Amino acid sequence: MTFQKQKADKATCFQRLVLNLQTYWADQGCVVLQPYDMEVGAGTFHPATTLRSIGDTIWNAAYVQPSRRPTDGRYGANPNRLQHYYQFQVLMKPSPANAQELYLGSLQVLGIDLQKHDVRFVEDDWESPTLGAWGLGWEIWCDGMEVSQFTYFQQVGGIDCNPVPLELTYGLERLIMYVQGVDNVYELDWDGIPTDQGGKCYGDVFLQAEQEFSAYNFEHADTDALFQHFKDAEAMSKHLLSQEPPLSLPAYDQTMKASHLFNLLDARGVISVTERQAYIGRVRTLAKGCAEAWADSPGGRGEQPQPMSVEV
Amino acid sequence: MSATETLLIDLFSEEIPARMQKGAANDLAKSIADALKGEGLKIGATTVWFAPRHIALRIADIPTSQEDRSEERRGPREGAPEQAVAGFLSANGLASLDDAELRETPKGNFYFAVQHIKGQQTIDLLPGLIEKAIRDFTWPKSMRWGRGSFRWVRPLHRVAALFGSHVVPGQLDLGNGESIVFGRETEGHRFSGNGVIALTDPSSFEDQLRDASVVVNQTERADAILAGARKAAEDVGCTLIEDAGLLSEVTGLVEWPTIVRGQIPDRFMAVPKEVLVLSMKEHQKYFALQQADGSLAPYFITVADGKREAETFARIAGGNERVLAARLSDAEFFWNQDRKDTLNSRVPALSSIVFHAKLGTVGDRIDRMAPLAAWLSSYIKGADRDAARSAARLSKADLTTGMVGEFPELQGVMGAYYAAHDGEDGAVAQAISEHYSPLGPNDDCPSAPLSVAVALADKIDALVGFWRIDEKPTGSKDPFALRRAALGVVRLLVENDIRVPLINAFREAEMLYGGESDISADLLGFMADRMKVTLKDRGLRHDWIAAVFESGSSMDDDLVRVTKRVEALRDFVGTDSGADLLAGYRRAANILRAEAKKAKGGLELGSVDAGLFEEPAEKALHAALAGSKAGEYLAAEDFSGTFGELAKLRAPIDGFFEGVMVNADVAAIRENRLALLSQFLGSVDSVVRLSALEG
Repeated sequence: MTFQKQKADKATCFQRLVLNLQTYWADQGCVVLQPYDMEVGAGTFHPATTLRSIGDTIWNAAYVQPSRRPTDGRYGANPNRLQHYYQFQVLMKPSPANAQELYLGSLQVLGIDLQKHDVRFVEDDWESPTLGAWGLGWEIWCDGMEVSQFTYFQQVGGIDCNPVPLELTYGLERLIMYVQGVDNVYELDWDGIPTDQGGKCYGDVFLQAEQEFSAYNFEHADTDALFQHFKDAEAMSKHLLSQEPPLSLPAYDQTMKASHLFNLLDARGVISVTERQAYIGRVRTLAKGCAEAWADSPGGRGEQPQPMSVEV
Repeated sequence: MSATETLLIDLFSEEIPARMQKGAANDLAKSIADALKGEGLKIGATTVWFAPRHIALRIADIPTSQEDRSEERRGPREGAPEQAVAGFLSANGLASLDDAELRETPKGNFYFAVQHIKGQQTIDLLPGLIEKAIRDFTWPKSMRWGRGSFRWVRPLHRVAALFGSHVVPGQLDLGNGESIVFGRETEGHRFSGNGVIALTDPSSFEDQLRDASVVVNQTERADAILAGARKAAEDVGCTLIEDAGLLSEVTGLVEWPTIVRGQIPDRFMAVPKEVLVLSMKEHQKYFALQQADGSLAPYFITVADGKREAETFARIAGGNERVLAARLSDAEFFWNQDRKDTLNSRVPALSSIVFHAKLGTVGDRIDRMAPLAAWLSSYIKGADRDAARSAARLSKADLTTGMVGEFPELQGVMGAYYAAHDGEDGAVAQAISEHYSPLGPNDDCPSAPLSVAVALADKIDALVGFWRIDEKPTGSKDPFALRRAALGVVRLLVENDIRVPLINAFREAEMLYGGESDISADLLGFMADRMKVTLKDRGLRHDWIAAVFESGSSMDDDLVRVTKRVEALRDFVGTDSGADLLAGYRRAANILRAEAKKAKGGLELGSVDAGLFEEPAEKALHAALAGSKAGEYLAAEDFSGTFGELAKLRAPIDGFFEGVMVNADVAAIRENRLALLSQFLGSVDSVVRLSALEG
């Protein structure tokens, strides 16, 4: 796929709008985090969302999370589909009474004038079978395009959320394509600098990666090794959960790993429909174990951790 | 005549899913009306409104107070023991018998406690019953929010409750110390309104919201959308493809509808129209348009929400056009890619798609469906055996295409397009397209011979398969949609007048699974149940159907014949002969049942001995039974003739009951008469089991 920067604009370039979102949510009292350093399918997996949804302490956080969906890879040939993309994630617990107004305020910092566009809240029930989580809310449409998901979490890791957190997920590429008026993701203006001055667009940064990772995901990922990695991650997660006290955070890392390995195997088409359910169930069991362990840990109880005894 | 007032309730919340709004408004109306009636209050005209953020109700002419009433309880007799008197006094809160009334009754003089209860003010009753009504909403799915424990469909923000111009002084407890105090405030349009508005009185509700850019009246919104969409279509020389379901959904998505028309780029018009319509309607909630010649027009209509400037609508149209174009370019890509491979070449890949762990792959399924469709074709006029086999074999091949992967709803439909592209016969393509049908009682039922053959094979294979592994529907659980499949078989056979002996069809399907088992009778019983549902819509009662299915020694497995027999039965039970015969049948059955009960170990009756007859009426009935040709008419499928024969038994059975005492003194004579009655029942039952009839 060829691409060419349509125009360079410091005010609407990709990185500026991400910074705007970060600033906006920081101003609303969110802890602004950096991406979690693991492969995940969605920003929801970040422990700052999943684990922090549990327990009754106040928690407000915002962060960008690279998300990997191996089955959505198109070898860089589709202007709308990517196997690696960015989500911007907000979690506010308890959900604020003016949650919808706060969200609409964030669209304005992206340059979407609410008087000049048609913004709607369209029913969307959210469920993550692998996380044992569900919630109710909407997908947000801007002039007919889904730009965000807005969810009141009811349960995570099989545990009822009390108080209830608000989760917002913005698909950054799609949203910013809309703001910039670009039809090809690879032509997104990344930095607001014209090409002849060395400015970059999305394709400069990611096209080759999309091609190579599509080939990896669909053709080269060694399925036997992936099956083994899945088992290893599952075993390690269980091992960590069986410690006294359980090590909930490292165990959750292994759960995320198992979940992503499952996605890779799914992309290779080596998991049948019936096996699929079984694998999802195995990840869910781990997620539930981690959620329970976290709920029982100092972080889950809203306490400072005590010094840990170290065996030398 | 006491004073009355009007009640207004407006529940203001975050956006309620469109499909739930109407039910919620009606629930609220019923709940409040029932509660008012329960308090002895009359109600007048009721109006409900629903919009994305409003569920509202107005009830006129409610008395401002309950009527005074008195309650009385009878106490002890005059002069009753002291203990009884004391108990009566304390139970009714009376100081002495002076506070009670002594009254004469036909049974003597009794004390009565009479309490005059002053009617309560309605406005004092309303807070409790409104709160209860809000709590009692039944949502398909509900949620909590913030720190509260209260559950609703989405966060509820305001409860406006006016009785006349007064605020009802109540509140809704949300749990954990949070509550919503009833007031007169609600909110207008999110983007075109002016924030909070204070409702003055119930009569101005609609107008005040309209001033705040909310058309709260759902009928008005729907009418405006329909009229606007029709006009927008006419403006470009097209007509709107009307869709009541979509209209009702869109009405639930907007508070101030404005019609926006967008264009579909010409290059996408080459994509099958089902893809275009699906993308527009299901995914984007757009209306489609058609041109004068009936073809799909390159436009769509969407309904935006709010008052905007004209140039804004052009921008909104442009945005929607881009979204649709992005979706359609995906579809166009699949359309071009998919046609590079023939359906035939895709068949082997079906062997890697699991249908069900115990029933094999989709490849296994078409390997069974193809010969089954061929077998079925011999019962279907105009269905070619080889064509049926090859249509069934290709029927699922589109599951491996990119288009069906992206738009699973288009399975079958896309297969037909690809088959046509491959140069397959038109009837084969049509059969691929229609073989999943009918999808329910109101769905179109295929009638083309080849379509019927493949559709039947699809459903019979699934039913037999799931019956063999004992995965039958139970209660509300029917994960494999087997009720729908059975209903499909019934409709395909009955509506197309196809005479397939189902037991044989089940056996044929079972052989393809590897051998016969014992499921046939049970599965046929399941079909009979589905048939009761279908035929009910044709005015045929379920007990008539049961009477036909339960007649004779084995169930009739030809559903077309069953239907004709049920229709003949309907005609028969409507006649005097039918009614009289039924009466005689029931009388005979009652006598035999009573005798069987008396006989403890059960009634053992031998065959009828003509030598033991004493009365002419016995002989007449016996002769009538012997001469009845009902069985022959039944075998010849002359069903009105069959019932004509049954009608001939009416006079003899009536005569029997008039002229014969069943309970003769001589046991042998009595038993012979019982045996004759039993023979009568048996001969009726062989044609129709009248005992199954109700009422």
